[in-house]
Amino acid sequence: MNTRRQFLASSATAVAALATGAFRARAADMPGITDTEIKIGQTMPYSGPASAYGVIGKTESAYFKMINEAGGINGRKINLVSLDDSYSPPKTVEQVRRLAEQEGVAFFFNTLGTAQNASIRQYLNDAKIPQLFVATGASLFADPEHFPWTVGYNPSYQTEARIYGKHILATKPNAKVAILYQNDGFGKDYLTGLKDGLGADHAGMIVKEASYETSEPSVDSQVVTLQGSGADVLLIAATPKFAAQAIRKSYDLGWDATRYLTNVSQSITAVMKAAGFEKSKGLITGAYGKDVGDPAFKDDAGVKEWQAFCDKYLSHTEFGDLNASYGYGAAATMAQVLKQCGADLSRENVLKQATNIQNLTLPMLLPGITINTSPTNYSPIRQLKLAQFNGESWQLFGDLIAG
Amino acid sequence: MDARWNFFARLGWVVALFLSIAAPFVLGSYHLYQLTQVLIYAIALIGLNLLTGYNGQISLGHGAFFAIGGYGVAILTTKFGVPYWAAIPAAGAICFGAGFLFGFPALKFGGLYLALATFALAVAAPQMLSYKGFDAWTGGAQGLQLGKLRAPPWAHVSADTWTYLVALIAALALFGFALNLVGGRIGRALIAIRDHAIAAETMGIDAPLYKTTAFGISALYAGVAGGLSALAVGFVSPESFTLPLSLSFLVGIVVGGLASVGGAIFGAFFIEYVPNYADMLSVQFGESAKALPGAIYGLLLIAMMAAAPSGVIGLIRKIVARLFGAERA
Repeated sequence: MNTRRQFLASSATAVAALATGAFRARAADMPGITDTEIKIGQTMPYSGPASAYGVIGKTESAYFKMINEAGGINGRKINLVSLDDSYSPPKTVEQVRRLAEQEGVAFFFNTLGTAQNASIRQYLNDAKIPQLFVATGASLFADPEHFPWTVGYNPSYQTEARIYGKHILATKPNAKVAILYQNDGFGKDYLTGLKDGLGADHAGMIVKEASYETSEPSVDSQVVTLQGSGADVLLIAATPKFAAQAIRKSYDLGWDATRYLTNVSQSITAVMKAAGFEKSKGLITGAYGKDVGDPAFKDDAGVKEWQAFCDKYLSHTEFGDLNASYGYGAAATMAQVLKQCGADLSRENVLKQATNIQNLTLPMLLPGITINTSPTNYSPIRQLKLAQFNGESWQLFGDLIAG
Repeated sequence: MDARWNFFARLGWVVALFLSIAAPFVLGSYHLYQLTQVLIYAIALIGLNLLTGYNGQISLGHGAFFAIGGYGVAILTTKFGVPYWAAIPAAGAICFGAGFLFGFPALKFGGLYLALATFALAVAAPQMLSYKGFDAWTGGAQGLQLGKLRAPPWAHVSADTWTYLVALIAALALFGFALNLVGGRIGRALIAIRDHAIAAETMGIDAPLYKTTAFGISALYAGVAGGLSALAVGFVSPESFTLPLSLSFLVGIVVGGLASVGGAIFGAFFIEYVPNYADMLSVQFGESAKALPGAIYGLLLIAMMAAAPSGVIGLIRKIVARLFGAERA
């Protein structure tokens, strides 16, 4: 209701401006923009099965609050209208239509979920409303040719798996690879990416594939099957609960394989602690964000900045939450785009600037990783660094790898 | 009393019809989209009410039939190029078959046990839809994108208005059919089975046949609603048809009024608008109250049931009786 009142007030200002004739062209060209405000829309699963991700929207709202307290961007305050969609695509469509048609937002930012973003993509592209930095790693959102108004954000799952494939080739050219994957878009992207990374000539290296459904209580039997194939490399493309099970089971079986783990499940508190630190030793993952639990970043300026932000606007719980620091980075990227836009906040220019980011560094990205976009590159984060778990924390090693 | 009630019911239908036809001329596209959702929910709710309200069989699994209808229309239109006006009845027919067949095992269960069995159906539906064997058809967890419903050029209306009109026509036809059904021999048989199955059978009613048919017709309604929903949303995925959907249907028929066709409209308004309203209310409590809408929704539901234990229709009946029928009653 508050937002509605603000909206009315800002509409009134806009009408007053119109009356003077001074801003006629500007108001017509820039929906969601007034002289004092930039209105941005978003859907987030604050309730429902994926409500753990809700912290992303919460962090982003807090970030813009901080920006507004410091005077906003180019004199305009940011108003992020973040609505709950319960992780249900029909609800996402309804909320997005409400934001676009009733609230009159300028564009959408970091809407969360693969199916959720897929369900609104056509609508937003038809209406030429930017759908920026979508919160999903599915590769289908970096498709400038067919969906020029939809820009990705996360490193895609395929990119990550491709990097694992290349690393396997470089370190164990005669490896026999087994893969455990979740039977959905997320898991299958890893399978595709791994095959890609190994290349057509080495497709035979994958000796066994096993999948699981999120409804299954355990993946133990899949791990046993995979071990039975005689593989000496295991790629675990599983969400946290199942990843912990797979790590524990593969260790308990005495399976001496090199284990790769998707970075979706690299949270030490959620996965390694559950699986057992000893049993998690030797895992390899590809990281792009800083883990605040890593002693290497104890005195890191970026981590300190993040901590100060959490102390002031959030709490200690968010400080250790990778989802929260993800939201912090995404919001900072958005702020950078708006700064670049200057006075021209038309949808065309917002999209133009969002696809023209050069070497942006963020406090919580690993040193050396930068954000880059171009009219043909809709995947802002493309680099990863490999890290190995030493029983306590992730140890980064090697150079940055681009997928 | 009954005559008066009938008069008011008729008056209500006429007013509702008038308003629903006027709606596209006065409402913006977003509100029209919400009303389309209301119509879709209303169709599903009458279907469930035929089964639960009139025939006494509780189903917690109508979201599954809704899903079959949705996927039916999505697959028929995208993979086979079937036009939507043919795909919707086809999806309804598929659901009738599925519901009729599910009606047989359902015969063995009564009351709460049936509720549990259908509950399992609702839980299983999203998993079945993402089963990889069906990927080629269902698009797996990624879901299926449908082409937007476009108005034919002769209609001179927007796509949103057209979608609304399609839903309205389907709703009118199905409301008419339901009113006809419950007002006649079959409706009386369904109610007789609900009230006293043994007595009904002694009267010569073929209870198993009626019960399975009720299940089939009920699923048909849910399927048509699901198909319309797929067209209105333009997208189907397993996550679109989760358990809360099935539960909201049950909430809808109880709020609207059990064993009442008109109640479905009130129930549909409730399940479409009240969660949004709860969302808006919770904003009053600041940014940190993001999980609050659920609690507010619960409170509103409790308040609703306390004020109108027999649903909105029950409440209206009571008011009409108090105002006009008291001296005769």
